[in-house]
Amino acid sequence: MSQAEATVPRRSLALSNDVLSVFYRLLAVGIICVVLSFISDAFLTTNNLLNVLRQASLVFFMASGLTLVILTGKIDLSIGATVGLSACVAATVIKATDSAMLGALVGIGVGAIVGLGNGLLVTKLRIPSFIATYGMLWVVHGITYYYMSGQSVYGFPAEFRAIGSGYFLGIPIPIYLMILFLLAGNFFTKRTTYGQQIYAIGANTVAARLSGIPVNSRLNLVFILSGAMAGLASLIYLARLNSAEGDIGETLTLPTIAAVVIGGTSLFGGVGSLFGTFIGGLILTLILNGMNLLGVSANWQPLITGLIVLLAVWLDMKTRSKTDASS
Amino acid sequence: MVTLTPSAPTESPVHQAAGGAPLLELRGISKTFPGVRALDDVSFPIWAGEIHMLCGENGAGKSSLMKVLCGAYVADAGEMFHNGGKIEIKSTLDARKLGIAVIFQEFSLIPYLSVAQNIFLGREFPGRIPGTIDRQKIRSEAARFLAMIGSDIDVDTPVHKLGVAQQQMVEIAKALSQNARVLVMDEPTSALSDTETEHLFGMMRRLKANGVAIVYISHRMAEVFLLGDRITILRDGKKVDTVLPNETSVSDLVQKMVGRKVDTIHRRGDNMKAGELALEVKGLNAPSGIADINLNVRAGEIVGLCGLVGSGRTEVARAIFGADRISSGQVTFFGKPFSGGPDEATRLGVGLIPESRKAQGLALIRSVGDNIVLAALDRLFPSRLFQPRTARKAADDMIQKLRIATPSARRAAQFLSGGNQQKVVVGKWLTADARLFIFDEPTRGIDVGAKAEVFALMYDLVEKGAAILMISSELSEIVNVCDRAYVMREGRIAGELPRDRLAEENILQLGMHHE
Repeated sequence: MSQAEATVPRRSLALSNDVLSVFYRLLAVGIICVVLSFISDAFLTTNNLLNVLRQASLVFFMASGLTLVILTGKIDLSIGATVGLSACVAATVIKATDSAMLGALVGIGVGAIVGLGNGLLVTKLRIPSFIATYGMLWVVHGITYYYMSGQSVYGFPAEFRAIGSGYFLGIPIPIYLMILFLLAGNFFTKRTTYGQQIYAIGANTVAARLSGIPVNSRLNLVFILSGAMAGLASLIYLARLNSAEGDIGETLTLPTIAAVVIGGTSLFGGVGSLFGTFIGGLILTLILNGMNLLGVSANWQPLITGLIVLLAVWLDMKTRSKTDASS
Repeated sequence: MVTLTPSAPTESPVHQAAGGAPLLELRGISKTFPGVRALDDVSFPIWAGEIHMLCGENGAGKSSLMKVLCGAYVADAGEMFHNGGKIEIKSTLDARKLGIAVIFQEFSLIPYLSVAQNIFLGREFPGRIPGTIDRQKIRSEAARFLAMIGSDIDVDTPVHKLGVAQQQMVEIAKALSQNARVLVMDEPTSALSDTETEHLFGMMRRLKANGVAIVYISHRMAEVFLLGDRITILRDGKKVDTVLPNETSVSDLVQKMVGRKVDTIHRRGDNMKAGELALEVKGLNAPSGIADINLNVRAGEIVGLCGLVGSGRTEVARAIFGADRISSGQVTFFGKPFSGGPDEATRLGVGLIPESRKAQGLALIRSVGDNIVLAALDRLFPSRLFQPRTARKAADDMIQKLRIATPSARRAAQFLSGGNQQKVVVGKWLTADARLFIFDEPTRGIDVGAKAEVFALMYDLVEKGAAILMISSELSEIVNVCDRAYVMREGRIAGELPRDRLAEENILQLGMHHE
C-alpha cells in the first residue's frame, strides 16, 4: 500500500467529492443569507429565520423519505398524493375518536401502506418506479377524492395542532422534529448496514443483488419509509392548516424532488445524502422566502425554482466529470 | 469502397517492397492526464495490408493510443501522417474521414434496431420522396457488406437477438461500409468460441489481402504469434519495442510487457486431498435453457466448467447461485439443500465472481472499501449497525492481502485497472468468508501479470480448503488450472474429464457440435 501511495499521492476523489458537494451547498446558504440580509431588513429577524426553518422542515419530511428512494436509483412521484390521503384519513380518525395519537399513527400507517404498494409494484410486478408511482399518484388522489367527496374536515384538539404550530422554548416544534429526523435519518443511511445496502443498490443494482443483498426487500423498505414520511408530513400540514381537504398535497411533489436534487442526490442513484437534502430544502425555502420579502410576484417563483434546480444539477455534473477526466 | 475478393491471403505485407510511406504514421505522440502520463513519445507506423499487434499490460497505454487514433483523445504532442502527408485528427469525424474505424470491446450498436439499420445508422440512403429513406437499398447494401466478410446474418434481425460474435461481424461490416482502411480491434476474440474465432481470423486475412491495415490489441499470446505481421509492445505509456513474430518468443514478449520476468501459468501440481462435498447439483433444469445438469465440487478442488460460448456455462453458474429461476432439480451447498436467491447463497458461504466485473461485479462509483465489505455486511455487523472503522480495517486488510493497487480504500472502484478490479471482486467474497467460489471467466480482459496473480490466489484458496468452480473460454487455463472439468454442449453436460484426460483436444471433442 505504501508503494501505491507513493505513486499516486492524491487522496480519494470519491470521498472528497461528497464533502465538497456539501461544503459548496453550505457556502450557497451562507451567500444567500448574506445577500438577503443586505437587501431586506426583514430577513435577519428571529421570527423570519424561524419561519424559514419551519417551512424547510415541511419540505424536509417528505424529501428525506424521497431521498432514500432516489438513492436506490428509483423515484416516488406519489408522495404529494400520499400526503393528501394520509391527512384526510388522519383528520377523520381524530375527529371521530378525539385521539391525536391514534390519528397520527393512522396517518403514518396510511402513508406506509401506499409506500408498500409502490414497493410491490416495483419489485413484484417489475414496473419501473417512475410509472408505478405515477400511476399510484392518480390512484391515491382518486381514493382521497372519493373518501372526502368534496367535504373538508376541520377543527382539531390543541394538543394535536401543537405539532404544527406549537412552540417549545420559543422554537417551533416542527424544527425539533426536523432535527430529530435528520439525525435519525443520517444514522440510518451512514451507520446501519441498511444504509450501506441502499447506496450499493443505487450504484449498481445487479452487482448488489449478486453480492447477496436482498434488493427487493430493501426497495420495499425505502418505498415504505418514503410513504411513512409523507404520512408524517401530512400530520404537520394538518396541524398547521387545522383543516383537511382532498387536494391538500397536490402541489408538493415537484418542490420536494427539487429539494432532493438541489441537495446533490443523483437521480441515477448511489450518490447523495440526507444532510444534502436538508440543505437543499433550506436553499429552496430561503430563496422563496427572499422572493416573498422582496415582493417578487408569485408568478415568478416557479421559474426561479426551475433555474436553481438546473444550476445545481449542472454544477454537480461539472464537478463529477472533472474527476472522470483524471482517471 | 473496399472491394473484397475471396482470394488467397498474401503471406507478407507488401509495404517495404513498395518503398512508399506508411498508410498512417504516428510520431512522438504524447498524452498526459492530471497525474498520469498515458502516452509518452510513442511512434507507431501502420502499413497497408498488415496486421499490427499491440501488446501491453492494462494501463500500458494501448487504449489511449487507440483513442488518439480514432480521435476520441487529442494528443498533447507529436505528429501524424497519412500516406506521407501531415494530418491532424482532432475528432472522431476526422478519423472516420481518414478511414480509421475502431471495433471496441463494448459494441456501439443499438439493440432494438435491425442489423441493416445499425450498419447505416445516421447514413441512411434517401428515398424518392424527400425526407424518407430507402429501406430496400439499406437492406441490400447491408447484405453486400456482410457477404464481403463471409457472414450470412439476416439483415432484418434486431441486434439484441444476435450473439457476441455476430454483433462483432455487424460492427466490422459497419466499419467497412464507412470505407475503413485502418481497422482497430480491441480484444475481438475475448468473447468468441474457437470456431467463431477461426471465422474472424479468416475474415481478417481477407481484409488484409485487400490492403486494409489492422491494429489488433490482444492479451492472448497464441493469437499474437498466429496473426501478427509485427508486434508493438507498450509499457507505462512508452513504446518498448516493435518486433517480428519469428524473431521473438512468448517469454521474451511477456518480459518486455511487464519489464521483469514472470511465470506464465504453469500446470498446477496434482491435488492431494479432495474434502467434503461443497457443491452438488442434481438434475437441474432452468428456463434459461440448461437441462439435466449434474455436477459436484469438493473442498480443495478447482473444477472447470467449459464448452463453447452459448453452451450454457454462465446459465449454470447463475442457476446454482440462485440468480436465475430454476424449473426443477436440487442444489446442495455443504450438505444443505438450497433453494433461495443470491442473498441466501451468500449466507451459506457461496460467492459468485461474475463474467462482467463492471456490470455485475462492482459498484463502480462506490469506493474500493465499500465494495470489499459489500457481501460481508451481515457477517461483520450482525447487529446491523455499520462501523466505518471496522469496515475500513477489513478493506485495508484485504487490499494488503491481495496486493490491490489503489492509493487507498476510499478510491472509487472505477479508477482501478481490470486486474485490480477483479481482485476487489474476489476480495469481496473473501471478506464474506465464502468457502465455495464460482469464477465466471476470471481472467477476461486482464493482463498476463494479473492473470498469474489471480491463479495464485485461486491456488491459495483451495489450499486452505475452499472449493472452486471455474468457467473459462481459454482451454489452456482449464487444462492447467483445474483438477477436473465438466464440458457443456447445448445446455447439457456433455461429459466430465478427470485430471489425466484433461487436454484441449478432449475438451474440444466433447464440446463441439456433432451434427
